[in-house]
Amino acid sequence: MLTIATGNKAVAAAVKEARPEVVAAYPITPQTEIVEQIAEYVASGELDCRYIPVESEHSAMAACIGASATGVRTFTATSSHGLMYMHEMVNWAAGARLPIVMANVNRALGPGWNVWAEHTDSLQERDTGWLQVYVSTVQEAYDATIMAFRIAEHRDVLLPVMINLDGFVLSHSMQRLETLHPGDFIPPVNLPHAIDTANPAGYGTLTGPDDYFRFRWDIERSMRRSVGVIAETEQEFADRFGRSFGPAQEYRCEDADVLVIAMGTLAKEAEVAIDRLRDEGIRAGSLRIRWLRPFPELDLDGRDLVVIDRDYSFGFGGILAQSLKSRYRVDPYSVIAGLGGQEVTFDDIASFVRERKPGEERWFGVSDDV
Amino acid sequence: MYEIRIHSRGGQGGVTAARMLALAAFHDGKYATACPFYGAERRGAPVVSYVRIDDHPIRVYSQIRSPDLVVILDTSVMDVVDVFHGLKPDGKVIMNATGTREVSGHVTYAVDLTGIALSLNLVIAGSPILNTPVLGALAKLEIISMDSAKKAISDMFSDDRNTRAAEAAYQELVL
Repeated sequence: MLTIATGNKAVAAAVKEARPEVVAAYPITPQTEIVEQIAEYVASGELDCRYIPVESEHSAMAACIGASATGVRTFTATSSHGLMYMHEMVNWAAGARLPIVMANVNRALGPGWNVWAEHTDSLQERDTGWLQVYVSTVQEAYDATIMAFRIAEHRDVLLPVMINLDGFVLSHSMQRLETLHPGDFIPPVNLPHAIDTANPAGYGTLTGPDDYFRFRWDIERSMRRSVGVIAETEQEFADRFGRSFGPAQEYRCEDADVLVIAMGTLAKEAEVAIDRLRDEGIRAGSLRIRWLRPFPELDLDGRDLVVIDRDYSFGFGGILAQSLKSRYRVDPYSVIAGLGGQEVTFDDIASFVRERKPGEERWFGVSDDV
Repeated sequence: MYEIRIHSRGGQGGVTAARMLALAAFHDGKYATACPFYGAERRGAPVVSYVRIDDHPIRVYSQIRSPDLVVILDTSVMDVVDVFHGLKPDGKVIMNATGTREVSGHVTYAVDLTGIALSLNLVIAGSPILNTPVLGALAKLEIISMDSAKKAISDMFSDDRNTRAAEAAYQELVL
């Protein structure tokens, strides 16, 4: 059905179609609409699901872990400080190999208290063993949520997936949305290590170094396999529903001399900048990183790079820029922009490209004497 | 692309007006986005919402700098906010006001949305509802069709006084 919806409502609508049996959540701006809408689906009977209102995000993830360990589909949503508060359990979910799906509405971390878009919250969880995807439109938020369940629950993956959407900019913006009936696109959950009272086993027990090491390697092995599972899932999604995205989405990249690399809505806004730059004779393209974990294979050879980070690792640099530098031995112009919801327009992005200084870092909108 | 900026105060329904306008444009077969700018939630504080309408998918998320149309649901915000900032030279203004008011050289359409809401007793928590009648004013300027305006209103509100308020605004606004 073709309709119009916010990013938050799109995620909730996708969760309804995925039919989780347990949703445990705690509200937080700007995510609250997602779990409010799911609670309404449950209350109205549209979704047959146990909705567990909990007293904190740590408990929300703990409840999802307990539920998922019994082999049922589970979902939660959070943002910013909520994600920080559940951090311990975020690690546990991946280590226990539970295919939990979570939407994180990207928001800055306080202080100063700030409810607007920034990616530092989810990027602080990048080493936990969760798969992470960053979306740029309401439709993509919906489609990625549908696909997340299938990818997480795939036998070769069995790792949790985090869908990231920009706070307010996307979570509260209304755009066109085509809803789907995924049908058998998401097969029933079949968790090989699900708790079975007929065959009791130990869960979360003390694990010695040798076994622990093997478990860690198995997470990495599954993370590497997930590249193929994501590709296969996206291909079947494209065949059945007509839309595809890829690990990274290219816009006018084929003959580009300079690439703008970013995530989320800034990368979508960058496409407008690319059109302007092309009109000026600058051969620019936009490369939007979607899957941050597993990190995508990219062809960056011989082009100037302008990397926009809506995040920062203090004492180190923009997390995306530094990741690309270490992985691909490139020397991008690193622009730090959009922190705490800072307004960044397509004109600003075009100016980053015109002024690019490979190897340098620029904090947009900050002068040296501040 | 046609860009609209809506000025109101928190609690007056400016954000819902933006969403209904985008919904109406969608019913017209257009692409539309509604991007409200959220500050800290404060009832009574000036609020700005943005709507973009186009025949093609819209990729811009940043705030509207040069609107084609400014809608002022509460003229008291004009004392504290430069509501005409960046308005295109040929840009227009819809204002919730009786008669006309002197505005800085822009074509201005005044319509008494508050009076329309009060006459229909469309009042919630002591505040007249302005966001449904304003859809009628937007339809009169042919930004959306009246059919789609009514459809968008009834998608969101079951009380038919809301569509009647839009019809009244459509009748009262003088082009």
